[in-house]
Amino acid sequence: MTDVNAPLPVIPRGVTNLELLDARDGAFGVKGSGDTSGFGGLVDPRVMPGASQAPFGGWFDEVAEEIELSLADQGLPFASATEKIVVDRGEITFFVRREHLVAFVRVLRDEPGLRFEMCSGVSGVHYPSDAGRELHAVYHFLSITHNRRIRVEVTASDADPHIPSIVGVYPTCDWHERETWDFFGIVFDGHPALTRIAMPDDWPGHPQRKDYPLGGIPVEYKGATIPPPDQRRSYN
Amino acid sequence: MPTDNVTYASSVPGSTDPGAEDAFAPGYDTTEGRIFNVSGGDWDTITAAPDGEKERIVVNMGPQHPSTHGVLRLILELDGETVTEARCGIGYLHTGIEKNMEFRSWVQGVTFVTRMDYLAPLFNEAAYCLAVEKLLGITDDIPERASTIRVMMMELNRVSSHLVALATGGMELGALSAMIYGFRDRELILDIFEMVTGLRMNNAYIRPGGVAQDLPDGAEEKIRDTVKLLRKRLKDTTNLLVDNSIWMGRTVGIGYLDLTGCMALGITGPVLRSTGLPHDLRKSQPYCGYENYDFEVVTETTCDVYGRFLIRVNEMEQSLRIVEQALDRLKPGPVMVADKKIAWPSKLSVGSDGQGNSAEHIKEIMSESMEALIHHFKLVTEGFKVEPGQAHVAIESPRGELGCHVVSSGGTRPYRVHFRDPSFTNLQAVAAMGEGGQVADIIGAVASIDPVMGGVDR
Repeated sequence: MTDVNAPLPVIPRGVTNLELLDARDGAFGVKGSGDTSGFGGLVDPRVMPGASQAPFGGWFDEVAEEIELSLADQGLPFASATEKIVVDRGEITFFVRREHLVAFVRVLRDEPGLRFEMCSGVSGVHYPSDAGRELHAVYHFLSITHNRRIRVEVTASDADPHIPSIVGVYPTCDWHERETWDFFGIVFDGHPALTRIAMPDDWPGHPQRKDYPLGGIPVEYKGATIPPPDQRRSYN
Repeated sequence: MPTDNVTYASSVPGSTDPGAEDAFAPGYDTTEGRIFNVSGGDWDTITAAPDGEKERIVVNMGPQHPSTHGVLRLILELDGETVTEARCGIGYLHTGIEKNMEFRSWVQGVTFVTRMDYLAPLFNEAAYCLAVEKLLGITDDIPERASTIRVMMMELNRVSSHLVALATGGMELGALSAMIYGFRDRELILDIFEMVTGLRMNNAYIRPGGVAQDLPDGAEEKIRDTVKLLRKRLKDTTNLLVDNSIWMGRTVGIGYLDLTGCMALGITGPVLRSTGLPHDLRKSQPYCGYENYDFEVVTETTCDVYGRFLIRVNEMEQSLRIVEQALDRLKPGPVMVADKKIAWPSKLSVGSDGQGNSAEHIKEIMSESMEALIHHFKLVTEGFKVEPGQAHVAIESPRGELGCHVVSSGGTRPYRVHFRDPSFTNLQAVAAMGEGGQVADIIGAVASIDPVMGGVDR
């Protein structure tokens, strides 16, 4: 007999490999008042686009192949440097293992077949539900020579939030890494001066993490009170 | 400072220790009452030269300084008039826009991003909306009229932004006439924005799926007339500075940064084009249909402040060309995507108070169709959902590459929005441009980067 309560997989358009990010249950964001809406049993899994397999299409294969060959020249197997490749919405993302990040981006910059001269910087994304790899650092690289743009994603855990700095390869990441440290608490090892950039030096906490509250006070208008945005009813 | 005829207070009000004295705010009694002098921090200990080192002067310029282009703080180490070390202090305008967006619907995000780089609000909106549309997979469904209006508004915005760059840049180097005429001409464009969007700045006009409303009656003629007037006036304004020997004395050879430096530091926009590299995302990675417009990428090869100034002058001319072509391309049609699950349900119309919802739509939802009312209510309060995933869009803002990285977890709110603002990245070049030069030249270098602190700090 099948379990009628098991969540039905909802597959996003055009995605074949799924990675569970989170699941939303119920509706209207109501919690703790019993199932008054009739939607209490609803389970809606949230899945991010999963790993893609070659061929990726277009110039993606060319770039992936070039990276693989160049890394092999340095005695670094592609499979140990990267976790996976995700192709979604016309963009390619290389998930790079953090210990090989610097070697990886050096290849991106220096190989004539790649020539990603420009780094658009790094920012963070905090996925508290992604156990063991809660912190993602996301880099975007632009090759003016070949007119291509790729994304590189590196993960670290909340317990060990260390990622090597790439300031030595792309000096433009100086302020970007400081910003990511400031807002997410990712420690970029090897950065020349990793200090806060937007928040005051003695600020406690890292504001863009999901466990950091938005803050705000209730606003009273004509006798009614409107709670701050993070305490209002949520439909997510 | 206290004088002899006053008595020092021995305690700080409210302190549990009666003998405590606040080091930074000593209080004393006068005949008019109690006075506190706030004496500030430990600046003396920071700037004191270590033993054996020659005298060095650290000048703290800003954040409230008329020549630093906003709340930018420059920490300059001087040897006489020569800058030996230049550092930027930023963060004085950090408002947590990216964090706030995680608690609002996808459409409400537009009203936040428009306040980032406040001199180029339409570019922020365009980058954000293009990224959301990419996530939704509706990039190809945007009506042509909406894209054309977007291009036209963005190019008008580029002119107004460059005019402020010239005006404030001129003012900072002492050319006050440029300031007066630059702001006068910018007003013409802000009048158009007010007519089309209802607001001069912070327009929130470009929305996911299209634009908020169609052009009002008479807007096309007004824009045509304004472009004609601007052509003439821009010539007058820029003639004040082009080939002006005083202006050239302050800008030629100043703030030098070559192609290698720009690449390493990730510099884009007029600063990169002043090295001779014709890199413009409108040409190399067109969006909103830029491939259909005839314009040139303006470059100079001088790598200095004067070259960047000339680029801005000539880019304004190219932008006006694009505006005229956009006007010619405008065909009647919808300005919002046809998908009723994404498109904003109501239309705005001008009521007796100058604004309001269209009476026709109110009539439909209030007295004709209950389903339409439910649909309107759901879309406005809850908003649309976006399938999980991430997207990155980069556009050419007046200051360079404006990148927008948006992550969705499948909900009605963005999971994460990050803006790669060109001002933020370009400001890193201040040290490379200014160190070894004169204090006065730092001003010119910063002005040629044209940072907008709202975008830097977000």
